[in-house]
Amino acid sequence: MMRLRQVVLLSALLASPAMAQGAAPARVVTVFAAASLTEAFRELGPMLSGQENGAAVRFNFAGSQQLAVQIEQGARADVFAAADQRWMEYLRERKLVDREPRIFVHNRLVVIVPKSNPARIRRLEDLAKRGVKLVVGAEAVPVGKYTRDAIQKLAGQAGFPPGYGDKVLANVVSQEENVKSVVAKVQLAEADAGFVYRSDVTRQVARYLDVLEIPNESNVLASYPIAVVAGSSNGKAARAFVDLVLSQEGQKVLAAHGLLPAGATP
Amino acid sequence: MSTRGPAGTAGDLGTIVAAGASAVLVGFLGFPLAALVLRVPPGELIRRLLDPALLEALRLSLITSVAATVVVVALGIPIAYLLATRDFPGKRLLEVLIELPMVLPPTVAGVGLLLAFGRQGLAGGALDAVGISVPFTTLAVVVAQVFVAAPFFVSATRAGLSEVDPRYLDAAATLRSSPSRTLLRVMLPLAFPSLLAGAAMTWARALGEFGATITFAGNMPGVTQTMPLAVYIALQSDLDAAVAMSVLLLALSLGVLLAVRLAAPELTPLGARARAASR
Repeated sequence: MMRLRQVVLLSALLASPAMAQGAAPARVVTVFAAASLTEAFRELGPMLSGQENGAAVRFNFAGSQQLAVQIEQGARADVFAAADQRWMEYLRERKLVDREPRIFVHNRLVVIVPKSNPARIRRLEDLAKRGVKLVVGAEAVPVGKYTRDAIQKLAGQAGFPPGYGDKVLANVVSQEENVKSVVAKVQLAEADAGFVYRSDVTRQVARYLDVLEIPNESNVLASYPIAVVAGSSNGKAARAFVDLVLSQEGQKVLAAHGLLPAGATP
Repeated sequence: MSTRGPAGTAGDLGTIVAAGASAVLVGFLGFPLAALVLRVPPGELIRRLLDPALLEALRLSLITSVAATVVVVALGIPIAYLLATRDFPGKRLLEVLIELPMVLPPTVAGVGLLLAFGRQGLAGGALDAVGISVPFTTLAVVVAQVFVAAPFFVSATRAGLSEVDPRYLDAAATLRSSPSRTLLRVMLPLAFPSLLAGAAMTWARALGEFGATITFAGNMPGVTQTMPLAVYIALQSDLDAAVAMSVLLLALSLGVLLAVRLAAPELTPLGARARAASR
């Protein structure tokens, strides 16, 4: 009997913080966002809560494909921001996001190599050298799809050796499930090179990495759509977050993190 | 240990509560497994199971998990023997160290492995000197599996060895059997059910390894993409394929446990550990 009373007491103790939260209006917007948005959105979060009556923001960053499946399986999200239109479309077809998704930002790919540059990669042509350990996103991940497109485009450029595309793809040693895992493996210098978004070369990782730019004509323009998730219990606050992202102020923050504001590019 | 309560209302109430709690737990454990099996119709399941991508992942999983088990058994018997028969300073610490991977989050194990055996890791230079680069290879998958699964074999074997009746060892000593001969001819055969159970649990843990593998070995079909990784990746694009693979893994795990039960009815690792603890 003593035991039982202890259990009851313990559960009451555990429950009390939750109840305290329940007493105040719980206004938390849950944003599911592509991993490549991590740094930029983390800066936008406090800006929303800083607004008058602003809600707190909670983020779930992962590969867009993973987030889309989580939402499909009933995860409670208020806003979905994807790194490509494929996964936004996936949810739109299932009527799981409402209104028209808006493209809010663009991104470009770059190739990153560790500062130590063990494979001595100086030019994009070097990615086809035998034995280069290249890490890319898996095909289901937006960055993985974009990477394959960019490699094909590069292969068609003058000056690139015949069979460039196949040789580069044959050098892939790992297909990661989100772009941040690609960054991590190059940052640790376990991989010789990786394809990531320009915005992934953040201040924290830049000192470990060298960047090889991909010319615009061979690059892809990644388009990021954002939408309020259907049935969001927090629709008003969710829309406020989307508005913030689209606002001049929000776009400035995104641009500061290496993303291309939606209005600025073709 | 407490004794069973006297028969009466209190005892009956206890029985009812125990039965209720057991039913809740069994239902809780069984429900997701049933959901897996019920999700895909059998015909579709068989068609999915013949998918070359799945077979490739399965082949890789079987090869790596068997290799990991062989390594663990070869390296695990000596240390299990030492722990079971000798006392030495630092023994407790060693025991904790060996059991640590059981409770350590596998992702942490993966990061540790990268920082130790990665190209830029502590041992990276030495490995590179002999021409070995571990990350992103099938070897890395086996290394990750050995790391997380070894404790299961060592614990079970150690428990089995320490249960061998000392009278047999005395008899062997009287007959001037050397310690290694006693281990091989007397202790290991007597403790065989524990070894078997430990090896089976190690194999099953290696088969299910995910976190350390994706962190340390990456994800590459045919090279490092084992079944659990294939399930995780498929889940992001093809749910039914993921379910088919999950059902297959479930059947394999179930098969191992059943085989161990039949081969050594009393000596699953849980039983062995519980008895070792009660000594």
